[in-house]
Amino acid sequence: MTIGGIDLVVLIASLMVASTPILLAAIGELIAEKSGVLNLGVEGMMIMGAICGFVAAVHSGSPVVGFFGGALGGTAMALLFAFLTQILLSNQVATGLALTLFGLGLSALIGQGYNGVRPPQTDNLNFGPLTQIPVLGPILFQHDWVVYLSLALVAGTWAVLRYSRVGLILRAVGENHDAAHALGYRVRTVRTLALMFGGACAGMGGAYISLVRVPQWSDGMTAGAGWIALAIVVFASWRPWRVLLGAYIFGGVTVLQLRLQAAGIAIPVQILSMAPYLITILVLVIMSARRGRAAIGAPASLGRIFHASS
Amino acid sequence: MKRRTFLANSAVAGTALATGLAGRAMAASDPLKVGFIYVGVPGDGGWTYQHNLAKQAVEKHYGDKVKTSVIENVPEGADAERALTQLALAGNKLIFATSFGFMDPTINVAKKFPKVNFEMCTGYKSAPNVSNYSGRFYEGRAVCGAIAGQMTKSNKIGYIASFPIPEVIRGINAAYINAKRVNPDAEIKVVWVYTWFDPAKEADAAQALINEGVDVLMQHTDSTAAMAVAKKAGIVAFGQDSDMSAFAPTPRISALIDNWTPYYIKRVGDMMNGSWKAENVWYGLKEGMVQVGEITDAVPAKVKAHALDLEAKIKAGTYHTFEGPLNKQDGSVWLKKGEVADDGALAGLNFYVEGIQGKIPS
Repeated sequence: MTIGGIDLVVLIASLMVASTPILLAAIGELIAEKSGVLNLGVEGMMIMGAICGFVAAVHSGSPVVGFFGGALGGTAMALLFAFLTQILLSNQVATGLALTLFGLGLSALIGQGYNGVRPPQTDNLNFGPLTQIPVLGPILFQHDWVVYLSLALVAGTWAVLRYSRVGLILRAVGENHDAAHALGYRVRTVRTLALMFGGACAGMGGAYISLVRVPQWSDGMTAGAGWIALAIVVFASWRPWRVLLGAYIFGGVTVLQLRLQAAGIAIPVQILSMAPYLITILVLVIMSARRGRAAIGAPASLGRIFHASS
Repeated sequence: MKRRTFLANSAVAGTALATGLAGRAMAASDPLKVGFIYVGVPGDGGWTYQHNLAKQAVEKHYGDKVKTSVIENVPEGADAERALTQLALAGNKLIFATSFGFMDPTINVAKKFPKVNFEMCTGYKSAPNVSNYSGRFYEGRAVCGAIAGQMTKSNKIGYIASFPIPEVIRGINAAYINAKRVNPDAEIKVVWVYTWFDPAKEADAAQALINEGVDVLMQHTDSTAAMAVAKKAGIVAFGQDSDMSAFAPTPRISALIDNWTPYYIKRVGDMMNGSWKAENVWYGLKEGMVQVGEITDAVPAKVKAHALDLEAKIKAGTYHTFEGPLNKQDGSVWLKKGEVADDGALAGLNFYVEGIQGKIPS
C-alpha cells in the first residue's frame, strides 16, 4: 500500500512509535485534570522521567528497570507538585511552570556524564507468525511492550472513569470538590494519587524518548513534548479515546511531513507543521461556541484550590 | 573650601577611574566581564557544546582577568532581547550572541548600550559595536560531501536540514556538488525539520530518510540523535558542530567541527588592550574556525587520501567548491567556467544548484 511514494503501513507503524511519549503523558495528565488539578509541569516530569529512566536502564542493563526508573522520576516530581499545591495551596499554574523549569535544570545536572552513552535496547515483542500477516502484522504486532502498555492504559482509563466507583469518585472530586468533601471523600488524597499517576505516565513517556525513540540522553531532549501532551488533553475534551486520536494525529502529522519530504514530494512544510495546533484551536473554538465551559468537557473544579474550611 | 577641593579631586579621580576601566590599566585588578547567550544547552553535544568549550578556553586562558556569565536556552526572537539586556545591565562589556536568530535582538540591544560590544555569530547586520563572525562551514561540508559521495552504495545521501537560511542551503549545495564530482550518480535527499534542537524529531527525520534508502547521513541540526539512529540502522554519518567522537569509528566516519576557541580568546584579548572594533569575520579551514574531524578506518584508504587532499587544496586556496561551471536548479547559468562565487553571493545563497531534487521551503 503505497500512496504518493509513502508506504502507509510503515507510516502507521512509525507514527504509533512517534506518538507513544505524548500519548502516555497525555493520558496521565487527563487523570490529573479529571481530579481537578491543572499540572502544567508535564514537560518537567517527562524530562525527569527521561533522565531517571536512562540512568536506571544504563546501570541495570535492563530497559524494563529503566521504564520503572522513569516512572519513579516522574512520580517524585508529581509528589513535589502535590505537596506544593495540595498541602501548601500554592497557585497551580505558577507551580506547574516552575516544575517544568526545575525539571529541565535538575535533569541536565543528573545527566552530566551521560552524553554519548548508549542505553540497552528495547526489543519488540515477539508475536511469532502474527507478525507475518500482511498490513496488520507490521502495524499491530511489531512493537515494543511500551506501545501496547500505552494502548492498554487508554482502554483502562476509559473503563475506570466510566464504569468503576473509583472513576466516579475521581470525577466527583474534579467536578465539585466541596460536594465530594461533604460526602466524606478525601479530596487531597484523591488528587495526590491522581497526580502521582500522571507523573508516572509522564515519566514513562519521557523514558520512551530517551530509551527507544532517540535512544540516548541529551539535555532538554523532550523539546516541548509535554506541552503538546497538555494541548492534546484539551483537544480531546478530557476523553481517553480522543486522547489516543489526538496523540496519533499529532505524532502522525510530524512523521508524515518528514516522510513526505524524504520521498521528495513538494509540500508546504510549515503548513503541515502547524496543522495539529490549528486543529486544536479549531476544536476549541467549535466546542466552546456551543455551550460554554461544560460543553468543552472541562472538569468544573479544574485549577481551583481546595481547602476544607471553605 | 576644603570640601570643595575634595569634591573636585574626587571628580578627577572618578574620571580617571572611568578612563582606566576602558584601558588596560585597570584590567589586572578588575576582571573583564564577558557574557554569552546560548540557543540550547552545553549538553547538546553539538553547536552549543562547542561555544561552551570556547568559553571555557577563554576562562582558562585569562584566569581571573575575566568573569564570564551565561544564559542558556534563550529562544530565538524577541525573548533574546531580554537576555541580552540582562547581561548588558549586569556589567558585561563583551557579549557573545551565539545563534543566527539572535541577530535582530542583538542589533536592538546594541543601540541601547553603545558602550557594550557584541559578537554576533553567523549574523550579517552591522553596527559600530556589533561584530559578525562565522565559519565557512561549507568548506568542511565539501570534504564530508566528497567522502559521502564515495561511501554511498545506494547513491542516496540523506541530509537533515534545520531552517531554510543561506548558511544551511550553502551546506547542502556544497555537500551535493562535491559528492557529485566524485560520484555522478549521487543524489541528495533533504528533510527540513524546522528546529535546531529536537532529538526526537531529528531521529524521526533520520529514520524517514533511512526508509527511503539513504545509506549516508548528513545533518545540520544540533543533537546527536540522528547519529544514534544511524548506528541502529548500520549506516554511516558525519558529526556536526562537534566531533561526536563517541560514535566513532562507525557510524561517525568524520565530522564537521566548529572551533570558536582561537577567535574568542583573541576578541577578549582585544577588549583588554582596547583594540576591539567591529569587524566581519568569515574564517574557514585555513584559519581553523572550521575543521574536518578525524576520518575513521571505516573509510577506505583511497577515499580518505582523496578527502585529505581536498582539505589541503581548500586550505591552500587552490580549490573552491563554488567554482563554475555551475547551474542553478532551474538549469539557468549561475557561474561560468572558472568563475568563483564571491562572498556576497554565498552569504545570500537562497537556491539549490542543478541536480538537487525538491524545493526549498519559503
